[in-house]
Amino acid sequence: MNKSQFKRNLRDNPYLLAGMIIIGLVLLMIIVGLFWTPYDTTAMNASEKLQGISLRHIMGTDNMGRDVFSRVMYGSRITLLIAIGTVFIGAGLGTIIGAVTGYFGGMLDEVVMRVVDALFAFPSILLALVIVSVFGTGWIQLLISLGIAFMPSFARIVRGEVLRCKNMDYVENARLQGVSNLRMIFVHILPNIKGVLASSILIGFNNAVLAEAGLSYLGVGSQPPYASLGKMLSDAQQYMFTTPSYVLCPGIVIVLMVLGFAFLGEGISRWK
Amino acid sequence: MSEEMVLRVNDLNVFYKNRKRKLFSKKNKKIQALFDVNLTMEEGEVLAIAGESGSGKSTLARAIVGINKDYQGQIWQKYDRPQMVFQDPYSSLNPAKKIGWLLAEPLRVDKDRKWTKEEIDQRVKEIMEEIELPLSMLDRYPAQLSGGQRQRVCIGMALMRSPKLLIADEPVSALDVTIQAQILELLENLHKKHGISIIFISHDLRVVYQISDHVLIMKDGRVVEEGPTRQVYKNPKHDYTKQLLKAAGIA
Repeated sequence: MNKSQFKRNLRDNPYLLAGMIIIGLVLLMIIVGLFWTPYDTTAMNASEKLQGISLRHIMGTDNMGRDVFSRVMYGSRITLLIAIGTVFIGAGLGTIIGAVTGYFGGMLDEVVMRVVDALFAFPSILLALVIVSVFGTGWIQLLISLGIAFMPSFARIVRGEVLRCKNMDYVENARLQGVSNLRMIFVHILPNIKGVLASSILIGFNNAVLAEAGLSYLGVGSQPPYASLGKMLSDAQQYMFTTPSYVLCPGIVIVLMVLGFAFLGEGISRWK
Repeated sequence: MSEEMVLRVNDLNVFYKNRKRKLFSKKNKKIQALFDVNLTMEEGEVLAIAGESGSGKSTLARAIVGINKDYQGQIWQKYDRPQMVFQDPYSSLNPAKKIGWLLAEPLRVDKDRKWTKEEIDQRVKEIMEEIELPLSMLDRYPAQLSGGQRQRVCIGMALMRSPKLLIADEPVSALDVTIQAQILELLENLHKKHGISIIFISHDLRVVYQISDHVLIMKDGRVVEEGPTRQVYKNPKHDYTKQLLKAAGIA
């Protein structure tokens, strides 16, 4: 695809454009936050507690006088990292399990998919809570547990798609030429389901951002004094009515992230 | 027998699993698709298998190439790895891969010998010439080709490792008439040039007459008549053959 085609495609696809702009802004904020934040994210200032939006603190300050904007910059980095890690683990494991069971079928399929169904039966946040309570709290544990909790939905999607593809003539054609089973799954069949996979990965991103926020809100994510968006929300809830900016700002960033990924997913699934 | 045999099928019975399983039925009943099929094929001949839909033509082909392994009886082949051209060129090419990649795949997965990149490129070019497609098409996806061009690519894929036996399962029924003639001509040329034995499956008796040396008429999983094509067409013995010929407007 050349450049002008790409541009035309973007113009016909407002979802993709909107998604790219929103995610671009969020990424810009995160990348800048890697090198520079207006204030130290953990520095407290007792004389500037719970201030509203001002020029000095564009998102106000929290109950300990820390700059909310700086903390949002840092927190969204952690949130995004957890979301990426979650989807990476979930989609990776899910794709392998779904593709292999779907392709081979038989007993293996029955047994593995029933286990996956059992995982599926738990709400993913509950499952992640269980795993976190076994492995301890912290953002790496959170990432692994969310990844495992997200795996079943990917396994399901990939299995269904592989089932659809595996009886197509081109698979039989390839088999006649002597293509091995693993090569068939990963080289011949998977490229045909990458569209479905890509949009479900982006939906997975959304759910991961929300799940991270939810779990941090419950207090199992990143530990104080370090921020993540969900953690900030849970800290801010007591001050919701006195200093609305404190709870609104991280909330809006979560909404933007989710919206951006949703638009990207929609845009990709409409990609011609 | 002057010429050597490439394929002999003895008392072939093929079964399909009955997919409709009832909750309390004891065993999976199997449906029999072929009944005691016998055939022999000589080196370098074109054998046509004709018959109506559901008569077991494709089942026979699938058993011979080894897609369907659930059979009783013997299938003896002089050469291994027979190749097959499928009926529907719209579903038999992987839509996610380019033509060049698809043509090279049989060589990439060849276990008998290792092909270098140059050898593969060379062979792909040779085959593109055989199937009369311009080299510029190597960079296209199947969706960008017409039905006839796709069927050419399918034939090319089957030819990559120079098979001695090619099974063409209704290779022209999904194509329109002018393209049909071109594909048939291509198959005939390949047959003459390389001496490939071809099993040609078709329900169209006119096409069969045009291309085949021997013909096998099938009905309901049984071979009802066989013999040299001219003889069968001139002097059909079985009622069903007569019917078919009449339907095709030949007899």
